[in-house]
Amino acid sequence: MTNGTRLKILSMSEHLADDVENATLLPNDADPTTLAERIETIARIDLHFPDFTDGRAYSQAYLLRRRLGFKGDLRATGDVLIDQLVQMQRTGFSSAVLKDGVDPADAKRQFERFPGYYQAAAEKTNEKLEPM
Amino acid sequence: MQPQTHRTMYQYTEFDKSFVRSRAAQFRDQVERWQSGKLSENDFRPLRLQNGWYVQRHAPMLRVAVPYGELSSSQLRVLARIAREYDEPEAEVYRLACEAQRKLGTLHLPTHYAHFTTRTNVQFNWIPLSKAADVMDLLASVDMHGIQTSGNCIRNISCDERAGVAPDEIADPRPFAEIMRQWTTLHPEFAFLPRKFKIAITGAAEDRAATEWHDVGLRLIRNEAGELGFRVTVGGGMGRTPMIGAVLREFLPWQQIMNYIEAVVRVYNRYGRRDNKYKARIKILVKAEGQRYVDDVNEEFRQIVEFDGGPHTIAQAELDRVSASFVPPALHKRTPANVGGVRMDLRAQAEIHPRFGKWLERNVALHKDPQMRVVTLSFKRLLQAPGDASADQLDTVAELAARYSAGEARVTHTQNVVLPWVHADDLFPLWQAASDADLASANVRLLTDMIACPGGDFCALANARSIPVAQAIAERYQDLDELDDIGEIDLHISGCINSCGHHHSGHIGILGVDKDGQEWYQVTLGGADGKNSSGVAQPGKVIGPSFSSHEIPDVIEAILSTYRDVRSADGTRETFIQTVRRVGLEPFKLAANGARCKTEVSL
Repeated sequence: MTNGTRLKILSMSEHLADDVENATLLPNDADPTTLAERIETIARIDLHFPDFTDGRAYSQAYLLRRRLGFKGDLRATGDVLIDQLVQMQRTGFSSAVLKDGVDPADAKRQFERFPGYYQAAAEKTNEKLEPM
Repeated sequence: MQPQTHRTMYQYTEFDKSFVRSRAAQFRDQVERWQSGKLSENDFRPLRLQNGWYVQRHAPMLRVAVPYGELSSSQLRVLARIAREYDEPEAEVYRLACEAQRKLGTLHLPTHYAHFTTRTNVQFNWIPLSKAADVMDLLASVDMHGIQTSGNCIRNISCDERAGVAPDEIADPRPFAEIMRQWTTLHPEFAFLPRKFKIAITGAAEDRAATEWHDVGLRLIRNEAGELGFRVTVGGGMGRTPMIGAVLREFLPWQQIMNYIEAVVRVYNRYGRRDNKYKARIKILVKAEGQRYVDDVNEEFRQIVEFDGGPHTIAQAELDRVSASFVPPALHKRTPANVGGVRMDLRAQAEIHPRFGKWLERNVALHKDPQMRVVTLSFKRLLQAPGDASADQLDTVAELAARYSAGEARVTHTQNVVLPWVHADDLFPLWQAASDADLASANVRLLTDMIACPGGDFCALANARSIPVAQAIAERYQDLDELDDIGEIDLHISGCINSCGHHHSGHIGILGVDKDGQEWYQVTLGGADGKNSSGVAQPGKVIGPSFSSHEIPDVIEAILSTYRDVRSADGTRETFIQTVRRVGLEPFKLAANGARCKTEVSL
């Protein structure tokens, strides 16, 4: 099973032009469950990577999708590089704003590389994508 | 490729194989983007690290993962080939390296070899980055890789070197280690943790994997009802702040272990410190938060099970499927010999060859199967650093494993190699062959079976060299009778506080420190890794100001003489660690201080 690119990749200007109502910014040290009450009214949540090696937003993404059942757009912002995009998609992000100067052409082939993964993606209920 | 190879080990599926090949291709892509300037040095760094590529003092270093320490003969042959054909520095790199080390006093830097690490991985020190992608392809051809051998992610899982063969085993930990290997491999949520994360697992009564020194330590146990589960400790670790793991669960049903580890790691990923890398390990979070951390983990675990539906609950069928890989070597079985007869033959051979007798005593352990033995090939001998293996020696191990151990070998956290499936009646020819390759020092668990990191001869982090200290001590203690008289003792040497040489857990620990650009060494006593004979796991205590490198052999000798003087001779002889625990540090401090060079006291 190949993954395909479900993640929407945006440039900074595309991101700025995307003025969805009710976009919510969640700092990466915030507890996602604080959004629980109004999660169904939020169209988009922006999570932040101050540095691409700061992985807190991956857990936030998982909790938002899996625990809170967030159905809207979950967006990665900040230090977003090519080599983390697949990982973002797998933890439940639906869009990502590429850092300036990164070539989106290099991004696509990263999604087609692996035959599958050992872990299910955040929104999946079953383990393992691949029968072992 | 030999048919018996892999028989006793986890069998890679097509999925596993293509996964590793994909990873090698991904790395090639990253290297190419880095070389073309599309990927900056900073952005490339964490990516190469998570594939095992460091840049060290003189050259790049590759760390190859050996999941829970198991290696097949065919894998060993490829490691030998990499050592022979790729572990070769460019001439200028080597010239500069030799020049730099000569100033410190190192006269020779070996090339074309591999090094076994305390995390049971294999390192190469000289492969140029320009050949990195080719080496990863070669490794992938035998199901090997460098995935998560570095970086702030879940590292290689270490295990009991006698897993599946130890007579004191409650349950085989390897199927669980394999399930964990799969689950931790490229886990999307946990690739950028606050700091590295190490798991150790054992299923035996004796803890041979130093589990309580790990971020997560797992021990398979049975509860009163006879059910299998895990005792779970969290927050052990070495480094600047040595800590023994706290018990989070006395008994966790085995089916839940992955759900529980996910809870442990998720809470750590969210709340572990990221502002200071020396305070970023999980041990600091556990220590700072105490019960609150435990409560958070238990609540997260409850949510994973009750709300998420326990997505990682291990089904019996899944455990059975993975366990089916770990079968005792059927082809290797022989007609049941008279066990008593074999023992008599061994005794007779030992009388003719006393060195064989010593080797039987030290390097050969009992096996679940009374016809078999567990043999340790010692990588502790003169002229080579602890854990170093030349290309030829790697080929020899491959050959010995193929001929005498069903094609399987294990790397130990004490930097030796174990052959787990040796027939008792093969011990003599195996000893002869191992002796020819200088892999039969009869010193397992004795003083010269020391742990040492590569230290300041190779590592960019080191404050001082480890290898010359290890060599000086080994040279002084070559008399096997003397070593026997000193008895079992753990000597661990680290070249810096990162503690790759596990000095904190050594009965005697030596830590390299830098004082005004000079190499000095701090000595600790009384550390324990948690095996039965050492007593409960604990960090050693510093015995005073540090010593110069040339004082160290005298200091060690003074400490050991003190031990021989004060040890109790009642009943069975008191071991070094027992003596230290009984009499305390004082007599040893006194002796060690007396061994200082008088001219340097004023420094």
